[in-house]
Amino acid sequence: MNIIDSNGKLITTICKIEEMISVHSVVCVKQVPDTSEVGIDPETNTIIREGVPSIINPYDLHGIEAALHLKDEFDGKVTILTMGPPQAEAAIKRALSFGADRGILLSDRAFAGSDTLATSYIITQALKRIIDEERVDIIFCGKQAIDGDTAQVGPGIAARLGWNQLTYVVGINEVNIDNNEVRISRKLESGKEIIKAELPALLTVVKGLNEIRYASLPDMIRGARAEIEVWGEGDLELDESKIGLSGSPTQVGRIFPPPEREGGEIIPGGKEDPKGAARVLAEKLIGKEVIPNK
Amino acid sequence: MSNQVVEIFEDKCIECGLCVQACPANALTLEGGPVQVNADKCAANGECVEVCPTEALALDNEEDADDKVTEAKTKEELPTELQDYKGVWVFIEQVRNEVAPVSWELLGEGKRLAEDLGVELTGVVLGFDARDIAYEAISYGADKVYLIDDPVVKNYRTQPYTQAFIQLVEKYKPEIILLGATTVGRDLAGAVATKLETGLTADCTVLEVDHATRHLQQTRPAFGGNIMATILCKKHRPQMATVRPRVMEMPKRDNNRKGEIIEENIELDESKIKTKVLKIIEEAKKAAYLDKADIIVAGGRGLGEEKNFKLIEDLANILGGTVGASRAAVDAGWISVEHQVGQTGVTVRPKLYIAVGISGAIQHLVGMERSDTIVAINNDPEAPIFDVATYGVVGDLFKVLPALTEEFRKALG
Repeated sequence: MNIIDSNGKLITTICKIEEMISVHSVVCVKQVPDTSEVGIDPETNTIIREGVPSIINPYDLHGIEAALHLKDEFDGKVTILTMGPPQAEAAIKRALSFGADRGILLSDRAFAGSDTLATSYIITQALKRIIDEERVDIIFCGKQAIDGDTAQVGPGIAARLGWNQLTYVVGINEVNIDNNEVRISRKLESGKEIIKAELPALLTVVKGLNEIRYASLPDMIRGARAEIEVWGEGDLELDESKIGLSGSPTQVGRIFPPPEREGGEIIPGGKEDPKGAARVLAEKLIGKEVIPNK
Repeated sequence: MSNQVVEIFEDKCIECGLCVQACPANALTLEGGPVQVNADKCAANGECVEVCPTEALALDNEEDADDKVTEAKTKEELPTELQDYKGVWVFIEQVRNEVAPVSWELLGEGKRLAEDLGVELTGVVLGFDARDIAYEAISYGADKVYLIDDPVVKNYRTQPYTQAFIQLVEKYKPEIILLGATTVGRDLAGAVATKLETGLTADCTVLEVDHATRHLQQTRPAFGGNIMATILCKKHRPQMATVRPRVMEMPKRDNNRKGEIIEENIELDESKIKTKVLKIIEEAKKAAYLDKADIIVAGGRGLGEEKNFKLIEDLANILGGTVGASRAAVDAGWISVEHQVGQTGVTVRPKLYIAVGISGAIQHLVGMERSDTIVAINNDPEAPIFDVATYGVVGDLFKVLPALTEEFRKALG
């Protein structure tokens, strides 16, 4: 099988039959704070982040599940890839405890401050190294990460690899390895569409795709004990001008707390006389003709 | 030269990285903590001080720093090769030749930006039998439309759309491209921006132009949603941004407007395209219609558990309204994601929005603050939701909400 990059250049040909794995999925995950409620202190203008635990981005969990499902069905292999600070290792261990086989952490000071374009570049270079070692059929990503909400890194990777890009996947109807083909359902604003695409492909997945499994005890132990491979700048072929803050076309120009709003009328008595307050509120809404008074 | 070193106040640093980008001497680094300075490299030129949003950096000799900053500012011109990029583009998104309303909203917003910059507003239409869409784009404000009318771009697919879009960008060089933050728009934007190696900002809520530099100031909620960030793309063109549906106002349609339609041909061979759309299924929306609802009653974390959404439904039924929810309620599994209002859910603009047990994180507020009338019921008088509310009731929702439902039952029959 030939693996081709975005310029149509042959990257590698896989023919080692004895090492062939039926389906190899890579799941790109991100470690995120466990809440969307990270606040800003209006006095000091700094981020309040104490006591916010880290988790695997919830959408990525559905990507892991989809990959494990393929592993179960085809006796395949699942590799987990993440980029982040050293403590992002925890996200990989957790993914391994669900049953993934290999975990790779991309971590280097030089990567810090990368925007979505620089991030997709670094991850793609790591994927090329993985693909050099063994064939990859499908890459899964969550549709977006809950901390940045951009939904840009998945398409960025697909564009760089020149792979088919299938976003907002709500159903994987068929994976046909012999025909090198996948059929999926993809979310649209007004419904969904059924798409047939050649493999390899990159899929970004939404929450409705599947139910996440529980980790088995042996897998949990295996995950906790696993040695995570850490790749830094020196382990990848990277153009220095494309990574980190200086390799990021977008910059934060200004950060500020949301504008102070006026606030409206507080109807008194909500605590002492909830029925009275409800009556006044209903009258105001009807009086304002917000609600037609039949 | 100076042997002075910039002073860092670590407690103020929010690790945004602005100073690291600004420093011409590469003296600043971020390593998973507050910014650090390499004293050997620091030339104390003050650019970091100027850009820092939180005053976490300082130089003793401020006058000196100010001079240098002025000097630096004058250098901040757009590189010559980027000055050719002119004009504002809007991607006109269609499914089965029906245009996503967000495209018209973006023409309205794009018009304002184009007038500010003194350039043309252009719509980009990809489709088959799509000439009518091009005329429609003109009636919504486009001065010009680039139309690719070809069976190969009849339905949206990443590969041909990306290829066609990039061909147009390379030929006509726009400075700004706006796309709807829909499943189609985000799919296309991510691919196009990567191929062009330019900046893309998702889910902008405010767009402004800096006249001096022609930079697009792209403001969006960031860092999990309680902070606003203005994003710039200073050294690359085009500047790309997505905007969610119903964030910008729908412009008035004027069928008498005149504009130019330029048909473009693109070499696209169907046999080389590796995806096929087999079927498009329109779903009768069982759930929400949130985007079209006139009245929304929304519940949040304050409801405590799933079964209490019944109280929300009761009021919604009496009012003929639709049930909404905050992200917290959806994440807790109390209600399905189609009901979610906010930055990651649906942006709504109903006539009446009743928020019950919702504290009002920014990521929720940006999704509903443009509602005509907002009612908030919450037991915490400090909850940010009261800041956007037209009417607020501070109290126990389990008492206030049933009483309110009962009042409307009496009044409306």
